[in-house]
Amino acid sequence: MRAESNHPTTLALPLHGKGHEPGHPDLPDPLDEVRDMVRACMQCGTCTASCPNASSMDLTPRQMWRCLLFGFTDEVLGSKTFWMCSACYSCTLRCPRGLPLTRAMAALKRLAAEHGPSAARRKGIFYQAFIDNVHKYGRVQEMDLMFHYFMAMRDPLLPLRFTPVGMKLLAKGKLHTPSGQHKGVLDDLFTRVREMEENP
Amino acid sequence: MSYAYYPGCSLTESAQEYDVSTRLVFERLCLGLNEITDWTCCGAGAVDAVSGLLALALPARNLGLAAKQYPGKDVMAPCSACYLNHLKVVEQTRHDRKLTARVNQAIAGEGLALDPGVRVRHLLDVLVNDVGEERIGQAVLVPLEGLVVAPYYGCQALRPYPVFDDPERPSSMDRILAALGATVLAWDKSATCCGASLMATDQDTALRAVAGILSAAGEAHCVATVCPLCSMNLEAYQRQALRGSGSAREVAVVYLPQLMGLAMGMSPEDVLLSKNLALTDRLSEALDRNHKQANIVSFRSDNHNRRVSPCSRTSSSR
Repeated sequence: MRAESNHPTTLALPLHGKGHEPGHPDLPDPLDEVRDMVRACMQCGTCTASCPNASSMDLTPRQMWRCLLFGFTDEVLGSKTFWMCSACYSCTLRCPRGLPLTRAMAALKRLAAEHGPSAARRKGIFYQAFIDNVHKYGRVQEMDLMFHYFMAMRDPLLPLRFTPVGMKLLAKGKLHTPSGQHKGVLDDLFTRVREMEENP
Repeated sequence: MSYAYYPGCSLTESAQEYDVSTRLVFERLCLGLNEITDWTCCGAGAVDAVSGLLALALPARNLGLAAKQYPGKDVMAPCSACYLNHLKVVEQTRHDRKLTARVNQAIAGEGLALDPGVRVRHLLDVLVNDVGEERIGQAVLVPLEGLVVAPYYGCQALRPYPVFDDPERPSSMDRILAALGATVLAWDKSATCCGASLMATDQDTALRAVAGILSAAGEAHCVATVCPLCSMNLEAYQRQALRGSGSAREVAVVYLPQLMGLAMGMSPEDVLLSKNLALTDRLSEALDRNHKQANIVSFRSDNHNRRVSPCSRTSSSR
C-alpha cells in the first residue's frame, strides 16, 4: 500500500488489505462518518484535477476516497492528503455527485488528530492552538496564537520561518499584546458544545 | 440601507486598513454599518478541523447577536472566511430542523437564537448588487485611469455556494474596478487558492501557491483583494515566495475598498495605505499621477463631501 502511494498515477489496490471492512459490526471504524459522505464517489477524478495542492499530496484526493471506501483506514489516516487541503472548495463546487468533499477533508483532519498515528496528530496542533486561542480570548489574538503554536510544536527552527513576517507586522504596528476584553465570553458556548458532542 | 456589520478578528488586528477603508467607503455610499456588539471569532478555517458542531455554533452566536441587536438586517462580512462560516450556518440549517435545534441549543446560554430568515452577505455582494456599478461610478472623483489592477477573489467568497457571482468566472470585482476607471487585468489566477492556513502548517506548498498568483499579476500595478487572509499571504510572504520562484517582480497588494476610497477622492492616509505590507513605487507613482490630473484641491473639505454624498436624499428613497 505504501509503495502504491508513491505512484499517484496508479491505483492497483489489493482487494483484501489490512484495512477494516466498511461497516463491519465487530470493528467500529472511526472513519465511517466520512465514508458516508463519499459513498457515491464514481472515481471521475474531477476533485484531483481541481485541487491546487494535489502535487503536495501522497494520495490524490480521488485515490484517497477510493482507499477510504475500500476500508484502508490506517492508510487514509496516515496519509498527508487531507492535511494539504486549504479549503478552497473547488472540488466541492465541481463534484458531479455533489459530495461535500471539503467537509470530508476537514472531518479527516479531526479524526486523524484523534485516532491517527502520532505524526498525524502533530499536524493538528495548529488548528487546536487556534481554537484554544479563540476559546480563551473570544477573538483571535494573532501574536499569542503563534507563540502557543511554536511552543506546542517544539521545533526551534519553525519560528525562524515566520520571523521576517513578524518583523514586517511589527514595523507596521500590527502586532499587539493580547487583548483580554472578550475573555471568557465563549466559556458557556464551548462547555455546551463539549457536552452535546459527548452525548449526541 | 444599513447592515449588521461583522468585521471579524483580522480586521481588528493585521487588516485594520480593510476595516477603516470599508467603513469610509460605505459612509460615502450612504450605507449604514452597525457593528455587532460583543461579536466573537467565527472559527476561521481552523474550527472545521477541530469540531463540526463548534464550526456552526461559533458563527451562530454572532448571527444570534445580530438578530437581537439589528433584527431583519442583512449581516455583512468583508472577510471571505468569516462570510463563508456564517453563510454555512444558514445554508446547513435551512432545511434541517434537527441541526437548527442543536445549533440553537449551543447558543442558548446567552438567550440567543438563529433568525432563519437572516441573509449573510459578502462585501462584494453588497457593493455589486445593492449599490451597483452605476452609483459607485457616480461617487468617483479621481478615476484610476492608467492603473492596471488584478482582481483577486480568492476562494471562499465564491465557493462552494454560488450566491452572488459565477464561481468559475467571477466578474463582480471586475465591474467595480471598471467603474473606478481602472484597467482590469485579464488573468486566470483570480480565483486560485492562496494556500490559506497552509502558510502556517505547510509553508512550502503555500509559498508555491502565492508565487504562482504573483507572477501572473506581474503586469498589474496592484492586486485587489477582498479577504484578509489572501492579503496576508500575498503581501507578507511575497519576498519569500518570489525568491523561490526566481523571476517575477514585486506587486503591490491593496484591499478593494482602499482603491475605491482613493478613487472617491480620499487620501492614501485616509485609507491607511501605509499599513499595507507590499507597496511598490510603481503603484505610488501611478496614484500620484491620477490625483494631480484630477486637480482636486482638498479631498476632505466639508463642502466637497456634502456635494458628493447626498446621503439624506438616497437614504430616504430606500
